[in-house]
Amino acid sequence: MALTNRAQKVQTASLSWSEKLYLPAILKGMVITFTHLFKRTPTIKYPEQKREIAPVYRGQHVLKRDEAGAERCTACGLCAVACPAEAITMESAERKKGEEGLYREEKYAKIYEINMLRCIFCGLCEEACPKEAIFLTDRIVPTTFNRGEFIYGKDKLVESKDEPVDVTKRQTPEVLDFKKDKKHYHNRTFLDKITRKKAAH
Amino acid sequence: MPKVTIDDITIEVPEGTTILQAARMIGGDVVPPAMCYYSKLKTSGGYCRTCIVKVEQGSAKDPRPMPKPVASCRTTVMDGMVVRNKTSQEVLEARAGVVEFLLINHPLDCPICDQAGECHLQDLGYEHGKVETRYEFDRREFEKIDIGDKIQLHMTRCILCYRCVKVADQLTDGRVHGVINRGDVAEISTYIQNSIENDFSGNVIDVCPVGALTDKTFRFKSRVWYTKPVDAHCNCDKCSGKVRLWYKGEEVLRVTARKDKYGEVEDWICNDCRFNKKKTSDWVIEGPSKVDRHSVISANHYDNLKVLKATVDRQQLALPHGEKVGLGKGALDPNNIHGKH
Repeated sequence: MALTNRAQKVQTASLSWSEKLYLPAILKGMVITFTHLFKRTPTIKYPEQKREIAPVYRGQHVLKRDEAGAERCTACGLCAVACPAEAITMESAERKKGEEGLYREEKYAKIYEINMLRCIFCGLCEEACPKEAIFLTDRIVPTTFNRGEFIYGKDKLVESKDEPVDVTKRQTPEVLDFKKDKKHYHNRTFLDKITRKKAAH
Repeated sequence: MPKVTIDDITIEVPEGTTILQAARMIGGDVVPPAMCYYSKLKTSGGYCRTCIVKVEQGSAKDPRPMPKPVASCRTTVMDGMVVRNKTSQEVLEARAGVVEFLLINHPLDCPICDQAGECHLQDLGYEHGKVETRYEFDRREFEKIDIGDKIQLHMTRCILCYRCVKVADQLTDGRVHGVINRGDVAEISTYIQNSIENDFSGNVIDVCPVGALTDKTFRFKSRVWYTKPVDAHCNCDKCSGKVRLWYKGEEVLRVTARKDKYGEVEDWICNDCRFNKKKTSDWVIEGPSKVDRHSVISANHYDNLKVLKATVDRQQLALPHGEKVGLGKGALDPNNIHGKH
C-alpha cells in the first residue's frame, strides 16, 4: 500500500532506437543551457555589490555601551540561558573602584563569547537581555578558514567607543520609551544616580 | 481536634496549629506563600504579611468573619474555621499590594544579584505581584557591609523578615546582630560592624529569602542555574554534615544546606562545611538533588538519559541472571524516559 502519492514506478523497459542514439537528449540539454545565457543572472559579486537586506536583519551581535561609554552588559546570563543553540558563554567579575566609566554595573562580563558556528541568529538573546546590551545587527559574520576564529570574544563583540554601531532600526518605539524612562532604576546610569543623590541632598 | 476548612478542603489538625501549618498539611496550591515565617525557627513570622488569608467564619461557636485579612502564620485555627486563600479575590488583591510594598525599596538588581534564580522574592513577585511599580521616588540605598570575611550584607535588598536575627538568636551562642532603627531606615546590623563569629553563622545566608546575605566565596562566580546541585554528606562533629554541593564542571562553587519544598533548611550546617570543604574528596556524593522542573535551576541540565540508564540498570537487577532488559519490559516506558519514577 502506498503511503504517499509521490512514489514513482521504476522504468525497466529497454531504450528505444531513437533513445539509444542519445543525440536528441544531448541537443535538448544544450538548448536548456543556451537559453540560460539570455536569462537574468541571480549571482552578485559579493564584496563589491551587496544584496539588499531587511532592516531588522539578524546578523553579527554587538555588545552596546551606554551614553557615557560604559559597557551595558552585566553578565546576568539570561542571554545564555535563552539561547537555544547554547552558543553563549560568559564569566563575570566584580567592578573595582575607579572602573565606573568602563562598566555600568558593579558586575561585568570578564569573558563573553559567542560561538558563531553554533549561533542560529534567532535573536532570543536580544529579547532576553534586561540591560539592552546585546543586539543583532545587519552585519554579516565573515567567513574564515579556522574554526577557532568563529568564537567571538569581547574584542569582536563590544562596540568601539569611536564608532558606535547603530541599532535603532531594531528598536521598536516601545523599547526606546522603556530605555529612556529614568523612572526605572536600571535605566539610570552611574551619573544619573550621582546627580539624583546630589539633588536629593 | 479542631477541624478547619481552607479553600473548601477540610482537615483535622492538632490544637494550636496555625492556619499556615494546616494549609501545609493539605499541601499543593492551598499553601499561602511566606517570606518571613520559617518553621524551623521559633517566633518567626508575622512581619511580611504575604501569607494573609481571609477568615470567612471564625469558628463553629462564633461564625462571624474576621473583619480583615489575617496573617496565617500567626493565627491559630479554631474548630469550624473557614479560610479562603487563593479562592478569594480579596486575598489575591491584598497580597499583590503587599508584594508591591515589599518591592518598594528593593533595588531590582536581579541581573547582578547572586540569589537570582533561587530568590523567594522573585518567585513571589512573579506569582503574586503586579507587573509594574507605581513608586517613583529614590529607593533607599546602603553601602555593602562585610560581616566577617565570608558573608556579605546588601542592606538595599533586605525586606526585614528577621529570619537571620532569629537564627543568630536561637542557633548560636550569643545574639550577635539584630535590627537597628525603625520604619524605613531600619536595617540589619551587627554592633558597630562587628563580624559574626561562630560555627553556625553561615546559616543566615540560607535563611535569607532575598539576596541580602550572600556567600562571599560564591560572589559573582556563576549564576545559580549554571551550577548543578548534588546532595552529599560528610562526618562532621559539629553539624549533621548533610549538604548540597553546587557544581560547575568539576569544581564545587558553593556548599549550602539542603532545602525542602518551602525553601526551608532541612539540617543546619556549620561554617566549616559551608566555607572550607570545597573539594569533591571532602564529601560522599549521594546523587543529584531533586530540582523542581519549573525552576530555572533545571534549565540546560540534561539528566534524563542518566535516569533512563539508572532505570534500566535497576530493572536489569530484578531480572533473572542472563536475561537482558529489552523492549516491552518497560525500558522504553515513556514515564522512565522523562525521568519520573
